[in-house]
Amino acid sequence: MSLRATARIAAGADGSLPVLESDGPLALRRTRAAAPGWSRVTVVGAMSAPLGGDRLAIETEVRDGARLRVDSAAATLALPGRDPAPAAYDLRLRVGAAASLRWLPEQLVSAHGSHLRVRTAVELAPTARLVLREEQVLGRHGEPPGTLVSRLTVRRAGRPLLDQELAYGPGAPGGWDGGAVLAGHRATGQLLVVEPAYGEEPPAARPLGEHAVLTPLAGPAALVTAVAPDALALRRILDAALAELAPE
Amino acid sequence: MTRSALLVLADGRFPAGGHAHSGGAEAAVKAGRVRDAASLEAFCRGRLHTAGLTAAGLAAGAALGLDLHELDAAADARTPSPALRAAARRLGRQLMRAARATWPGPGLDALAAAFPRGAHQPVVLGVTARAAGLGPEDAAHCAAYEAVGGPATATVRLLGLDPYRATAVLARLAPEMDEVAARATAAAREGVDALPAASAPLLDITAEQHAAWPVRLFAS
Repeated sequence: MSLRATARIAAGADGSLPVLESDGPLALRRTRAAAPGWSRVTVVGAMSAPLGGDRLAIETEVRDGARLRVDSAAATLALPGRDPAPAAYDLRLRVGAAASLRWLPEQLVSAHGSHLRVRTAVELAPTARLVLREEQVLGRHGEPPGTLVSRLTVRRAGRPLLDQELAYGPGAPGGWDGGAVLAGHRATGQLLVVEPAYGEEPPAARPLGEHAVLTPLAGPAALVTAVAPDALALRRILDAALAELAPE
Repeated sequence: MTRSALLVLADGRFPAGGHAHSGGAEAAVKAGRVRDAASLEAFCRGRLHTAGLTAAGLAAGAALGLDLHELDAAADARTPSPALRAAARRLGRQLMRAARATWPGPGLDALAAAFPRGAHQPVVLGVTARAAGLGPEDAAHCAAYEAVGGPATATVRLLGLDPYRATAVLARLAPEMDEVAARATAAAREGVDALPAASAPLLDITAEQHAAWPVRLFAS
């Protein structure tokens, strides 16, 4: 039996969380923020979902002037379900004027036989700040991956800032494991930093080792793109970039 | 439409500067990820379904007459690497010069006036196809073919790969090129927001490394 669940978060400028609605496997907890002036929400319990056919969503609104960090207690494991239809996971994030969102979940692991479509849609006000990490792991240890199609669309002041879709696994178009896309790497991820001050002074493009790169986007944002042999090596690259670009 | 105009536009000898670009193949050859016909095929197949599909969607959209500023902004958002954005605009300018001389008309003039620094190459390709009397499917086919033709030709030069085997790779990919062109055109008919955004992490990662090489055979 597939399920539908939508969890909702809203953060206010006074540090309150006027909306904090868990739903089904998506349990939200207010946790203690490390930085003063910030609210923090941890997604717990999404461990065993999504299964085939499930439709999960998290809607997050960071209201004008608010500062919110969202993370998760554990990796999200996409698993095959009895329903052969792909599972869907929709993340809708809105960040208002002079507001900040740090979206730092744990990895998404595509277990063998799973089929998941992730859509992350971010709407930013012109003065909004964003730190967003995405990590995909191709299968649990030693198993071939399931199928993942993950689209990340970021709009700032209504204009597209970043639009990317990664697809891998047996249900993806061919060539994803070839030399142009992943070439045998079993983990891939991105760290996006949107910072209005980059409009004046963007960071310069530079390689971060052999398998990662820091690139300034066409708007006031920087993207780290990385591939790695495993989740741990990937996290090391993205953590170093996070500490440099957007320390908490 | 005239089928011969499509051959003129898709011909590798069309003087639009594409031969100077390897589509990421030079970096992949150096890293050992492309070393023979089989690994070239995997590289080209991956590029076709990512950068190729995305370019084909933009080209089809431009040929359909979608808003050119929206298409160019969509291309920027789909190109995180500044080296690849610069290459796409350079190729756009070169194609624009060749296209305006080949199929002069108000569509290309308007595009040149709107983008004095050059538009992304697939956008120029779509407008060029329209100027040549071709349709969105034709523009998408050109983009899909360019996505794999460039790396295959470059690999012949870089590795000394047998050109017959490189061409056989392209022939084997032909049905998938058709699929990509059809998918891109169908998406473009839905509008700019529906355009594909398929991306290839290693192409983005290696493009910046390659741009910093002091000596290289290809511009990208």
